Amino acid sequence: MIPLLSVKSLSKDYGTNIGCSDVSFDLYPGEVMGIVGESGSGKSTLLNCMAGHLAPDKGEVVFDTRVDGPKDTLHMSEPERRMLSRTDWAFVHQHAREGLRMNVSAGGNVGERLMAVGSRNYADIRGKAVDWLSRVEISENRIDDRPTTFSGGMQQRLQIARNLVTSPRLVFMDEPTGGLDVSVQARLLDLLRGLVRDMGLSAIIVTHDLAVVRLLADRLMVMKDGQVVENGLTDQVLDDPQHAYSQLLVSSVLQV
Amino acid sequence: MYVAVKGGERAIDNAHAWLAEERRGDKKVPELSVDQIREQLSLAINRVMAEGSLYDPDLAALAIKQSRGDLIEAIFLIRAYRTTLPRFGYSEPIETSKMACDRRISATFKDLPGGQVLGPTFDYTHRLLDFKLAADGEIPDAPNKQANQENVPHVAEFLNNEGLIQQETRSDATPPDLTREPLELPADRALRLQALTRADEGFTLGMAYSSQRGYARNHAFVGELRIGAVAVEIDVPELGFAIEIGEITVTECETVNQFQGSKTEPAQFTRGYGLVFGQTERKAISMALVDRALRWEELGEDDLGAPVQDAEFVLYHSDNIQATGFLEHIKLPHYVDFQAELELVRNLRKTAFESQKMEAAE
Amino acid sequence: MSEQAYNFAYLDEQTKRMIRRAILKGLAIPGYQVPFASREMPMPYGWGTGGVQVSAATLTPDDVFKVIDQGADDTTNAVSIRKFFEKTADVKTTTNTKAASVIQTRHRIPEDELGDDQILVYQVPIPEPLRFLEPRETETRKMHALEEYGLMHVKLYEDISKNGRIATSYAYPVKVEDRYVMDPSPIPKFDNPKMEMSAIQLFGAGREQRIYALPPYTKVVSLDFEDHPFDPSRAPHCCSICGASDSYLDEVIINDDGGRMFVCSDTDYCERRVAEGHTGVQVSGDAA
Repeated sequence: MIPLLSVKSLSKDYGTNIGCSDVSFDLYPGEVMGIVGESGSGKSTLLNCMAGHLAPDKGEVVFDTRVDGPKDTLHMSEPERRMLSRTDWAFVHQHAREGLRMNVSAGGNVGERLMAVGSRNYADIRGKAVDWLSRVEISENRIDDRPTTFSGGMQQRLQIARNLVTSPRLVFMDEPTGGLDVSVQARLLDLLRGLVRDMGLSAIIVTHDLAVVRLLADRLMVMKDGQVVENGLTDQVLDDPQHAYSQLLVSSVLQV
Repeated sequence: MYVAVKGGERAIDNAHAWLAEERRGDKKVPELSVDQIREQLSLAINRVMAEGSLYDPDLAALAIKQSRGDLIEAIFLIRAYRTTLPRFGYSEPIETSKMACDRRISATFKDLPGGQVLGPTFDYTHRLLDFKLAADGEIPDAPNKQANQENVPHVAEFLNNEGLIQQETRSDATPPDLTREPLELPADRALRLQALTRADEGFTLGMAYSSQRGYARNHAFVGELRIGAVAVEIDVPELGFAIEIGEITVTECETVNQFQGSKTEPAQFTRGYGLVFGQTERKAISMALVDRALRWEELGEDDLGAPVQDAEFVLYHSDNIQATGFLEHIKLPHYVDFQAELELVRNLRKTAFESQKMEAAE
Repeated sequence: MSEQAYNFAYLDEQTKRMIRRAILKGLAIPGYQVPFASREMPMPYGWGTGGVQVSAATLTPDDVFKVIDQGADDTTNAVSIRKFFEKTADVKTTTNTKAASVIQTRHRIPEDELGDDQILVYQVPIPEPLRFLEPRETETRKMHALEEYGLMHVKLYEDISKNGRIATSYAYPVKVEDRYVMDPSPIPKFDNPKMEMSAIQLFGAGREQRIYALPPYTKVVSLDFEDHPFDPSRAPHCCSICGASDSYLDEVIINDDGGRMFVCSDTDYCERRVAEGHTGVQVSGDAA
């Protein structure tokens, strides 16, 4: 089977600070990969390099495109890369404000990706927006409200709806539950788990929260100082961590 | 019986006649001569030349007279005239180290080769209205001393010798010409400096001040400020060498700014640069601060989201002729657009009232 | 100012050639905004300097020139621009739409259909249709290059969700030849359908340094949704002077009680209809 995403020797360095160094892995269709580590471990740098938000110093990010098969996205033309990022890729930011248009209604936010790929029927767009709002548990009567009037949890759910409306084949998530209250986190996790299962999503989730990966990820990478120190099936890594740092990470969670 | 409004042409002619009368003012008061304006309002002349991008004190004086002292209007007159002038050639770069300095100060060194020269500055005057000027402006001659004939080296060169200040990269590339080519972004530094030197003084001052107050602060000191005459030389192909065609007075400011080392460079000071026609030091200092702030990317600094770091924002809004034209155009008739909006609002209101009525009926 | 000191139509020949190159490029890529080195003109930016430069580069000594502002030949800015070319180019001028070979306009397209021997020059304040959605020029140019126009429809979507209809009444964006989204300048949307015409249409934005163009018979489609189609509506009245029911109307307030009447904004069209014997229903102040 061809991997959906194949990352090869990806490195990024910020001079004195380490970004990420020599990271390689494959992600197969339907798989959810979790990347954990404390802040400064390079996990967000890695995610941003893969998603095309940051230019890595070296390496390849090969994506299995619909039309041409596997292609290095770092060497794609800009139109091609931007097309990819509004169709087959999605990116869920930690802070919903970065992923939403705060001055556009919830319906407009969900509809934007549809209109960007050519939807020109208002009723259809609105219908899909209503459907997706309900899937992320936002009431239909909020469809014309701006996200500024939403709670943090609702904003995050709206961002997820906006990203998933075009059925992307790969979703990048950067600390999707970060900054939310614990009860809100639980509800969002539950929702994400449902979506991942129902849609058979392929995703890469960066988080420092082991509970998130325990629930969502099939596989896990543990990062420290820009390096991948351990890598394996989620349950295996969490229940029987091999690397000293992974052991520390797991034990610190258990103590909480 | 209603007929469509006519008479635009006559209205314009009458308005122009009235304007001319207002410009002249009370005819019992002697008329101001262009010479008087040039000699006695020289800082206004300098601003008009700088922002009009045309070094001609007589024309600047005429423009100030014609514009009733509205300097932006005078700058506009100069710009509109300048654009019709043919180009005979391009001068060699002026050599400011050979400037005959009227003023030369440094805030970073107490004394230095060439000396500090205060020159004709308001700096240490007390800002008290001088009522003597209202009666009789005659003044005794100021003390005189033979000017220093030697070259006056730039302060930044002293730091440069020690490697303490970032080196400017030399380039013989022909700089872009803002007045002949459309402004395209990203703008390189030559183009940015070109835009800034003719930028509105008030806008540039405001931008520079914002950086001092903390919106992308760059810790500027005046490394050197010098004002004086420099020769303008033009290369004549038939002769094979450059000849001097005249002198212009310019103000040059180099700021010394703090800098922490980066990935590739050890700690060094950095600099900002301002060069403006005439004695225009507020503008030149402001320009240097804005120039420095706009260099954040090249110097590996963070984008702090400050307006002064945003080249597109600064360059697109710094030209007072563009700004004033667009601002004032909202005085022009917009009946057609307004009519379209009026119809729309009426329709929207009608729809809203009808649906309210329906709800009430239910 | 001595007019003899200036070249024909004010601008020097090199500048005119530069502008003509931009115009030709614009005609070759309909709807694409061509950057050009706009010159300072002796009228303020925002008052038609783009249109004036395009007209200056287009006019020849044999041309007959007409200038309208808000559809009328006699508005002050139209008078000022007409006088400018009378003075600097010594061209014949007219108010008769059909007799003009070059027509410079602000905010209207004449009611009379233009022919293939005519050029219509628009004055454009903000050439960028995406400007109020994305303030950055570097970003909007990229959006055009990549045909990323989703945001434009988001704006129309928001209109409908808020007002039940598309609430843009002038400067209504169009798509040209299925490629570039273009700002038609602030003409009322009533005029949009007329843009598919046999005359050449040139658009000049002086302050923003852009020229764009529509060659004859270019496809120009006003943006909309399938189920909320573009509607070029006008005030539901007839002209009180000439009785026209197909022209764009100005509303005129005629007394202190807010009495009003509607008259053609295209004064030449209205005058010709009156000369042909058409009359409107004059509304007296108290009846309105």
